[in-house]
Amino acid sequence: MELVSYEWWALCFRWLHILSGIMWIGHLWYFNFTQTPTMPKIPMELRPAISRFILPEALWWFRWGAMATIVTGLILAWMNGYLGNAIKLGIGDGNAKFTTIGFGMWLGTIMWFNVWFIIWPNQKKVLGLTPANDDAKKVAARTAGLTSRINTLLSIPMLYCMAGASHFY
Amino acid sequence: MKNPLDSLGQTVGLGVILTVVVVLLIHVIA
Repeated sequence: MELVSYEWWALCFRWLHILSGIMWIGHLWYFNFTQTPTMPKIPMELRPAISRFILPEALWWFRWGAMATIVTGLILAWMNGYLGNAIKLGIGDGNAKFTTIGFGMWLGTIMWFNVWFIIWPNQKKVLGLTPANDDAKKVAARTAGLTSRINTLLSIPMLYCMAGASHFY
Repeated sequence: MKNPLDSLGQTVGLGVILTVVVVLLIHVIA
């Protein structure tokens, strides 16, 4: 493989896709495995340190990690020539790689949509970046939390597909 | 009834079950 060849650029986008994917899913798992279960154990007077300082910063890396992951992933699939095959889940192609990466891409796309169109708008209400009364904030926190849990659930088969597409097929 | 997504363990369990479903779908489609 020549340095700065087409294949090298495709590898570069795979590398960027993995880096940004870890940034995204790392934060998702931090929220679900560490922050949310620990919050009730934190004394009331210390909780603003999480909600006012750590949470806004973590949400920034989380949502832009999600954006970078989908953009680099779509470019990578296009450069490798299987974007169309993956979108139609490899139906009629007779190639399990396209079906596997297709399921991974669709799961990842649903997760990206959840981040930008459900979790983040609701978190903005919780953080006070968009106006909301206390009741609306409670509903927003519940909606964002449940959607974050759905993304944690979806991340398990999504990562099977991402690894499986190059491992098995 | 309690929402299974309120439990981290049940969320991961459902994720594993969904993975099995996806694996079967891949083998049916491909």
